[in-house]
Amino acid sequence: MGIEQPKTLGNGFVTTSLDKLVNWSRAKSLWPMTFGLACCAIEMMAAGAARFDLDRMGILFRASPRQSDVIIIAGTVTKKMLPVIMTVYEQMPEPKYVIAMGACASSGGVFDTYSVVQGIDEVLPVDVYIPGCPPRPEGLLYGLMKLQEKIMNERNSFGAAIGVGEVVNEA
Amino acid sequence: MSKQVVEKLKANFGPLVLGDAEYRGETTVTVERSEIVKICTFLRDDCGYNFLSDLCGVDYLGRTPRFEVVYNMYNLTDKTRLRVKVLVEEQASSVDTVSGVWSTANWHERECWDLMGISFNNHPDLRRILMPADWEGFPLRKDYPLQGPDREPYQGRLS
Ligand code: SF4
Repeated sequence: MGIEQPKTLGNGFVTTSLDKLVNWSRAKSLWPMTFGLACCAIEMMAAGAARFDLDRMGILFRASPRQSDVIIIAGTVTKKMLPVIMTVYEQMPEPKYVIAMGACASSGGVFDTYSVVQGIDEVLPVDVYIPGCPPRPEGLLYGLMKLQEKIMNERNSFGAAIGVGEVVNEA
Repeated sequence: MSKQVVEKLKANFGPLVLGDAEYRGETTVTVERSEIVKICTFLRDDCGYNFLSDLCGVDYLGRTPRFEVVYNMYNLTDKTRLRVKVLVEEQASSVDTVSGVWSTANWHERECWDLMGISFNNHPDLRRILMPADWEGFPLRKDYPLQGPDREPYQGRLS
């Protein structure tokens, strides 16, 4: 993590960059919005429960968009549900991330019909796509870890937080 | 049991009963559209069909009359079922509401209107129920494009 402990100065403090500290705290306390849409939500619940235990990674489901950092679009997005998702997303404070979980959220999946949005990326900026119908909980875990990786690679996250410039994403 | 009901219907409404069919123990009666409320009230009060288990629309594209509205009713006392159909033309696609007979018909008729475009006269609250309120068109009609009117229809895999 780049946090060094110079021996000459003892054990009392560490040195790091503010960006890394901010990124670390964001990536390791990634709180998803409790929001499930279809069958994929069942796998998301399984990932959150005792066997796969998202809590050990600091990922705690929150019941309010105002406390959430990430929204997992877990399931089929119908055109009727879309305004609800938009409202929830808009209520989340920055910085916020979107995970498209499963074939439906990524591309419409098997529901190539008039009533289904053909991928949530038509309206929301998706950070991680997870393939599968449904993805296994391991798949979701891997997606969340990829998102953590992405957050750790952000630059100027402290500057953006205090209103100086924008976050820069480094691949 | 249901045979007696058909006889009773014929005796009371005569020419309004357009036909009846028996298939695998299921009885279906086709009746005149304009008198559906009267007939349903009779079936509820005098034949004991006190529960409307389903009401739906059917689109027979290419046939005239194009639509049918199907009423599936159930007699909770002696556990018998009856299916009643009315024929609906494409131009004047409306039927009188039976929500005054069985109040459960209220939402069923809304669904039928929402997806099939068959409207119901004197309905207390004929709004869309499944599709968004600003939706245009009736998606369960056979000539409605499956992928929606604003998309190219699927032509099969290109590979
Ligand atoms: S991707 Fe498959 S499992 Fe997930 S919501 Fe769609 S149909 Fe259900």
